[in-house]
Amino acid sequence: MKTCLVVDDSRVVRKVARRILEELRFNCEEAEDGQQAYEYCAKSMPEAILLDWNMPVMSGIEFLEKLRQMPTGGEPKVVFCTTENDMSHIQRAIMAGANEYIMKPFDTDIIRSKFIQIGLIEDTE
Amino acid sequence: MKISDFELFKSLLYERSGLVVTPDKSYLLDSRLTPIAKKWGYPTLESMTLQLRALPDEKLIKDIVEAMTTNETSFFRDTKPFQIFQDTILPVMLEKRKARKTIRIWCAACSSGQEPYSLAMILKEKEAQLKGWRFEIVATDISDDILDQAKRASYSQFEVQRGLPIQYLMKYFMQLGEAWQLKDEIRNMVRFSNFNLLDGMSRLGSFDIVFCRNVLIYFDEKTKATILEKIAGQLENDGFLLLGGAETVLGITNKFVPNPEKRGLYIKAGTPAVTGSTTTGFSPAGTTPAKTTSSFSSGLFKRT
Repeated sequence: MKTCLVVDDSRVVRKVARRILEELRFNCEEAEDGQQAYEYCAKSMPEAILLDWNMPVMSGIEFLEKLRQMPTGGEPKVVFCTTENDMSHIQRAIMAGANEYIMKPFDTDIIRSKFIQIGLIEDTE
Repeated sequence: MKISDFELFKSLLYERSGLVVTPDKSYLLDSRLTPIAKKWGYPTLESMTLQLRALPDEKLIKDIVEAMTTNETSFFRDTKPFQIFQDTILPVMLEKRKARKTIRIWCAACSSGQEPYSLAMILKEKEAQLKGWRFEIVATDISDDILDQAKRASYSQFEVQRGLPIQYLMKYFMQLGEAWQLKDEIRNMVRFSNFNLLDGMSRLGSFDIVFCRNVLIYFDEKTKATILEKIAGQLENDGFLLLGGAETVLGITNKFVPNPEKRGLYIKAGTPAVTGSTTTGFSPAGTTPAKTTSSFSSGLFKRT
């Protein structure tokens, strides 16, 4: 089973994301900010990361930049999932090594279609 | 809704569009026609129905038909048909049409434009390889309202997230306030026109590839057969037809043969599997599927 790390400072968002990810048959782990996510990845690298942008302690973009510098930090598929919905944020995220970008609010369909596109799950329909 | 009212809409929709409304879908009549009643100034759907019975207004009928035939869509809906288009159909067609260098594609029942625009984006991505080729994408729908929306090519944040890869959003869209506007370079690749699938198709000309997905499911068997046979008349003998995942020709018409390996892909019956040295796709028996050139399996559908 693939692991997806959900990085978001909102407990509600993490809960919603967990429900969707478990439905998509992921093992779900949680981090409340970029720093926690970084510490998690130092111990164990997940296959997927669902990443918020604005968080206390360490932002999502800072975390992503640090992640991609780690020895195996190029491996996880990173999908931003944020209320930041302007082109400049999207471009910055992709430049920093994000694989996909979701603008909140999101639902199961959006997460599933993005995960299929980047090869995290098979298209079974 | 009263049974007599249901019957009224049922026969009206069948006559005008071939749409079959079954009793279990009567909730759709309520949810889609109540806004139409409001638009026309009737206090309730029931009062609109009374008026329709007494003095049918052609414009009102048109609005009703359009409201009921507007269907859900999204960019790269179901992914696989577009993969088949890119990896199977396109390489074969480029070989077959190398003399005239023109390929005509028809999106029947295109709704708000996501399907033809998805095809246009695939072709745009291959611009360098397709130099000197002319692609015509004709997209039709029965609803003027939805065609206007398709031509405007302005989509909500929700619409651009379902199926559209982020790289395509960055490349081919501009953000205008809350909306995402498709750029002219893609918009100009598609020609939209109003067309009822029950009408004669000859004015559309002939096509190499026809996408007719998730529309036949709304018709009864007889209408399905009629439409498929008319499509066969417009499709070149070596052309391709794509239907939706839940649709089939089996038991409906023998004009088309399914590809056993690619769900939704059909060729015309009686098409020789191989003519001379040219690869013509797959044989009806499915013994010799076309090998696609590797240069076409890049891009959107890359598995990493």
